[in-house]
Amino acid sequence: MASWRGFLAGLWLLAFLAAPAQGAPAVLKLATTTSTQFTGLLDWLHPHFEKRHNVRIHTIAVGTGKALRLGRNGDVDVVLVHAPGAEKKFVAAGHGVCRRSVMYNDFVIVGPAADRAKILGIGDTSAALRRIGAGGAVWVSRGDDSGTHKKEAALWRGAGIDPGGAWYRSLGQGMGETLKAADEMRAYTLSDRSSFLFFAARGKVDLKVLVEGGRELLNPYGVIAVNPERHPHVRYELAMKYVQFLVSPEGQRLIDSFRLKGKKLFHPSTAPARPGN
Amino acid sequence: MEFLLDGIREGILLVLRADPDVMAASWVTVRVSFGATAVAGLIGLPIGWALASRRFRGRGAAISVIQTLLGVPTVVIGLVVYGLLSRRGPLGFADLLFSPTAIVIGLVILSVPIVSVFTMTAISSVDQRARETALTLGASSRLAAWMVLREARFGLIAAILGAFGRVSSEVGIAMMLGGNIKGYTRTLTTGIALESMKGEFGFGIALGVVLMAIIFLTNIGTRILQKS
Repeated sequence: MASWRGFLAGLWLLAFLAAPAQGAPAVLKLATTTSTQFTGLLDWLHPHFEKRHNVRIHTIAVGTGKALRLGRNGDVDVVLVHAPGAEKKFVAAGHGVCRRSVMYNDFVIVGPAADRAKILGIGDTSAALRRIGAGGAVWVSRGDDSGTHKKEAALWRGAGIDPGGAWYRSLGQGMGETLKAADEMRAYTLSDRSSFLFFAARGKVDLKVLVEGGRELLNPYGVIAVNPERHPHVRYELAMKYVQFLVSPEGQRLIDSFRLKGKKLFHPSTAPARPGN
Repeated sequence: MEFLLDGIREGILLVLRADPDVMAASWVTVRVSFGATAVAGLIGLPIGWALASRRFRGRGAAISVIQTLLGVPTVVIGLVVYGLLSRRGPLGFADLLFSPTAIVIGLVILSVPIVSVFTMTAISSVDQRARETALTLGASSRLAAWMVLREARFGLIAAILGAFGRVSSEVGIAMMLGGNIKGYTRTLTTGIALESMKGEFGFGIALGVVLMAIIFLTNIGTRILQKS
């Protein structure tokens, strides 16, 4: 049977393509959020870790919701995400172990300089959202179950508004697409500060920070190793080394010194080991 | 307009400078595209041949199924293969998810129907009399089949090229099954998706230029082979 022979040859070819190179370093699979990747933070951090432990980190950058699902399915070894509520549930359900705080920045509400809803400088996030919801303005939502989307949903709940209708546009896309869409539509949106600075600093979007500083806008990032009892195949020891690296004085110092166009995007969670460093 | 032209200029410069990220993504694309096309050819050509020249029960149904599969959205293939390759899926033990092999598997599923349908059409369109004449002139049935394949060769090459064009420009499967891992599973198309997300049009266009060049060179190469 010619088709059987073809099939077998196909399998052989697949096996050939799948065969890892000899002496290849171990691979640690990390699922993370898009902001840590495209700002360049991980490219700044990972070489230090990879060199020391002769390991290659395979970074899969998706939204926080998807990253946690990949962890739950055992498709990655470690997750670095930003949704404390979902992270705690993830650990409580036994999908992950040893959650540690790594760093934080904050969310900001951004919009066009024209600011039709007049929210510039309002200290109270809920009040600002109520003005946007009152009409006339357009809001763009990630709508993708990411950490930013989860935060946005919580903020609307806090403002007592159930958003929907023509003024509320749920994109189902990443932060970059959402910021660009907000820019094109002259709309408001919620962004983590690092992503916003990334795009604004490079002139990719013409939006302004209009609301910032509320406690509820804090954006902490946490790292969690996938539970080896649930998924015996995960590289747990390597994942724990990665967790230790991120929260170690060295990792924290590296995060502290990361700059994009002179701007600091992430603040380490713990104080540096030596004060004044 | 200037915005767009700047992007194109930057793109061409990146290609000329052989930017390492562009080269890495090109290499991954070449590997998975050629790999997937080769496997799809090995599976699809016999299927197409059988559908065109054999009469068996369920042939009509088989043709309908394979023609329907031509229209399967790549994200559906991506989802199904993800379900198979995930650690929670039946093939999870093989540890293939987020590897070039995972992309190849998805692309093979995408392109086998293309190769099969094109092959079937090409062989069916060869005049039945060619085979009959060969048989009357004393050719064995094997030789007669070979004559038919020779007659259909342009159609068969079109089948392979069609599959190659489809797999090398595909983005959904490569993103979902490869994970867009830099230097490992980042193809030209997933690279373009990422760069356009970041607003880096120049880089995206550079990757697009390389992708078009790869497809173009493959076509030229095939033409030269045809003539020789």
